[in-house]
Amino acid sequence: MRIGVFVCHCGTNIAGTVDSRGIAARAAELKDVVHTEDLIYTCSEPGQAAIQKAIKEKGLTRVVVAACSPHMHEVTFRRCVEGAGLNPYLFEMANIREHCSWIHDDYEKATEKAYEIIKMAVAKVRLLEPLYSNEVDVNKDVLVIGGGVAGIQTALDLADAGLKVTIVERETTIGGTMARLDKTFPTIDCSACILTPRMVDAAQHENIEILAYSEVDKVSGYVGNFTVDIRRKAAMVDWTKCIGCEICVQKCPAKAPDTFNVGLAETKAIYIPFPQAVPKRAAIQTDYCRWFQQGKCRVCERVCPAEAIDYEQHDQYLERKYGAIVVATGLDVFPWEEYYHEYGSGHIPDVISGLQYERMLNASGPTHGHVVRPSTMGRKDQEPEEPKTVVFVQCVGSRDESVGRPYCSSVCCMYTAKQAILTKSHCGMDTEIYVFYIDIRATGKGYEEFVKRAQTEFGVKYVRGRVSKLYEDTLPDGGRKVMVRGMDTLLGKQVEIAADLVVLASGITAADGAVQLAQKLNISYDEFGFYKESHPKLRPVETNTAGVFLAGACQSPKDIPTAVAQASGTAAKVLGLLAKDKLKTSPQIAVVDQSRCVSCWKCVEVCPFSAPEKQELRDGTQKSHIIETVCQGCGICVATCPVNCIELKGFTTDALIDQLEEALLA
Amino acid sequence: MAQATATPEAAGAAATEGAKEDVKEDVKIIGIVCNWCSYAGADGAGTARLKQPLNLRLVRVPCTGRIDPLLALKAFEKGADGVLVSGCHPGDCHYSEGNYYARRKLELLTRMLPHLGVEPDRFKYTWVSASEGARWQQVVTEFVGKVKALGPREGRAL
Repeated sequence: MRIGVFVCHCGTNIAGTVDSRGIAARAAELKDVVHTEDLIYTCSEPGQAAIQKAIKEKGLTRVVVAACSPHMHEVTFRRCVEGAGLNPYLFEMANIREHCSWIHDDYEKATEKAYEIIKMAVAKVRLLEPLYSNEVDVNKDVLVIGGGVAGIQTALDLADAGLKVTIVERETTIGGTMARLDKTFPTIDCSACILTPRMVDAAQHENIEILAYSEVDKVSGYVGNFTVDIRRKAAMVDWTKCIGCEICVQKCPAKAPDTFNVGLAETKAIYIPFPQAVPKRAAIQTDYCRWFQQGKCRVCERVCPAEAIDYEQHDQYLERKYGAIVVATGLDVFPWEEYYHEYGSGHIPDVISGLQYERMLNASGPTHGHVVRPSTMGRKDQEPEEPKTVVFVQCVGSRDESVGRPYCSSVCCMYTAKQAILTKSHCGMDTEIYVFYIDIRATGKGYEEFVKRAQTEFGVKYVRGRVSKLYEDTLPDGGRKVMVRGMDTLLGKQVEIAADLVVLASGITAADGAVQLAQKLNISYDEFGFYKESHPKLRPVETNTAGVFLAGACQSPKDIPTAVAQASGTAAKVLGLLAKDKLKTSPQIAVVDQSRCVSCWKCVEVCPFSAPEKQELRDGTQKSHIIETVCQGCGICVATCPVNCIELKGFTTDALIDQLEEALLA
Repeated sequence: MAQATATPEAAGAAATEGAKEDVKEDVKIIGIVCNWCSYAGADGAGTARLKQPLNLRLVRVPCTGRIDPLLALKAFEKGADGVLVSGCHPGDCHYSEGNYYARRKLELLTRMLPHLGVEPDRFKYTWVSASEGARWQQVVTEFVGKVKALGPREGRAL
C-alpha cells in the first residue's frame, strides 16, 4: 500500500493557523505513507495536477487530502484521483479548515490537532476498498411543487425543453403571490400583464399538467425514481364540468372571508379567487357553505349550467413517478397582527399591510383600484374617503430580532417606494406621503434610481427611524386619524404624524407548512423555515437530497426578477440531471455477507427504502440481499443487524474504529 | 431536545464552577456525527469562525442510524474521555427515520453507561442541523467543558 498525503495551505485560511508544511513533512513518518506534499491551493489546477503527477510517478494507491470540508471538495478530488487512474473511493479528506484552522487561534495546538485529523484520515484510507458505481434508469418527468411565478418559470423552461412537468398547487389557481400584486418595481409594469399570460402558457402547454387544489402527501424513492402521492382536495365541484362562469358565485348566499384579497373584502362560500384564475374553476369552502353547515341551500347546484356541483366529492389520491422534484412553494406575509401590539394588533382599521394595500391599488381588487380609508368603507349614502396623508412603515417583521425575524425581507424597501409613487398617481400629487425606514436597500438593477425618483420626482418624504406607536385619535375638527409616533434619527427628535392611512411594509416569512413539506422531502431548512440550499455559491439551487431542487422565495426572501432567474437556473440543473438516460448511483452502500445472515429480516424492517430483499439461494434457504440501486447508503441496517453481517462500504466498522483509535492514541 | 437543552444548563453551570479550580485541559473527546446535519453544522460553525475547544475529534458517518452503540463503547475502551453523538433533529433525517432508530439505541446507552463506570456527563447525544453553526459551537463548548471538569478517565474497567 502506497499512501500519498497532500496538505493544503488554502492561502492563509489553513496556513494562518496551522503549519501545513510542517505537518506534511511529519506525515511522512506514518505507516504506508510514501509521499507527502504541501500545496498552496490544492483544489486549483496546479494543485490537482500535483496530486495526479504524484499518483503516477510514485505509484500511489491511496490518497489523503487535508484541506477543507468534504462537503466542499470531496467530489473535486475524487474526480482528480480518478483522472490519474486511481479508483475515486480510495480517497479520503481530512477537514483541517472548517473543523480546525477556522475555529482555533493557538498555532501550535491547532497544528497538532490538524496532524491528528490527518492521522485519522490515513488510518481510514488504509481500509478503503475500490468501489464501482452502478447505473439506474431515470424517469424524465418532473414535479414542480408550487405554481407561483418561480414554479411556472421552471415548469415552462422544462416543458419547452421537452420534459413532462406536473405543477402541484395547493390553492385553486396558480399564480402565487405575484398574482395578488398590482404593479411591479422598478418599472411599474402591471403585474397581471406579465404573469397571467405565463399562467395561460403553462395551462396550455402540451407538456405541463396543472394539479391545482392539490398537495403533496408523501414522497418516497430517490433521485431519478421518486414516487409521489398527491392529494387532490375535494372542491365539491366537478372540475371536468365546471366552465368558470361564476354564476354560482353570484348567486351563493353565504359570505366567506376573502383570503385572496387579504381580508379586505368578502367572497362567497363558493368562490373563484380572481378573474384571471388558472384553472378558472369554482370551489366550495365547506366551513362557510350553508349546505354543509346547516343542511339546506343547494343554490349553486340549481344555478350551475354545467351541473358541476358535487356535494359528495371526496379527496382523491394519485400516485405518480418523477425523476426530479422542484420545490417552489414561495412565501407568506409576516403575520404582523400577532406580534406588533404597539401597531394596534390589527384592530385599527386604517392600518393595513403592504399586501392589503397592493390589493387596494389593484383594479380587480376589492375597491376597484381606488385608494380609500378602510374605516370609511361600506358606509351608507357616503362614498369612502380618500386619504390625504399616508404613512408607510418599513421593516415590519424584518430586521427585528424582537419578533424573531433578524433577516431582511429584501423586497419591502422597493415595494414601499412603488406603493408611495402609485399613491401619488391614485390620490393626487398633493397627497402627503411619509416613509419610515431603517436603511434603504435598493441593490437591484435600476432600484436605487427608482427610490430616488420617489423622493425627488414624487416628493415622498423619507424619515429615518422606527415607528414606536400607532394609535387612533380624534382631532379637534372631529376627524379620526391614526397617530404615528416615531423617531427621526437624522434630526434626533420625536415626530408625530396624523395619518389617514398607514401601510406596514410587512416582511416575508416562510410559507405555511414549509417545514412539514421539508420533512416529506428529507430536505434541510433553517430556523425560519426557509429551505437550505446545498451550498450558497457552488450548489445554490440544489438541496442536499439528490434530485430535489429549489426555486424562488421558499429558499429565502426574493423579489420577482431574482426568483425567476433562480427558477430558470433550477430548470437548467434539472435538465442537466435528466439529460442522462442512466444515473450513476453511489457505491457507498450496504452489502450482506450471506454466509453469516441468519434471516431475521430486521434489515428488511428498518430500511426506509425497501432496499433489502429476501433472496433464495441454491440450497433453498432465504438470505437478505440488498438491491444495490435502491440502497441509499444510510447504514441503518448495519447498526441493526444482530450478527453484524452487513457492512457499509466506505464506512466500514473497522475503518471507523481505526479512525477513532488513531485519534485516541496520540 | 430535552437532552440537548434541559439538563446541561444546570450541569454546565456546575462545570463552569469547577473550571476555576481543577479543569483538566487534556481530555480526548470523540464526536460521531451524521454527514447531512451535524457535520454540515460543524462546517457552518467553522465558516462563521465560531471558536471551539481543541479537544474534539470528529468521525463522520452517513447517518446516526449507522451508529452501533458499541462504537461509542469502543471509543471509551480505547481511552476517550467523552463521546458526543449528533445528528439531524427528529423528523428531519436525510434518510427519513435513521435518527429515530439512533435515539432509541443512544437513550439506552445513556442509561447503561453509568453502570459500566462511565459518568453521565461523559456521553451526550443531541441534534444539530446543517444551519445551526452557532448551536454546534454551544453544544461542543458545553460538552467539552463538562468533560474537562471531570478530567481524564483513569483506572476504570471500561
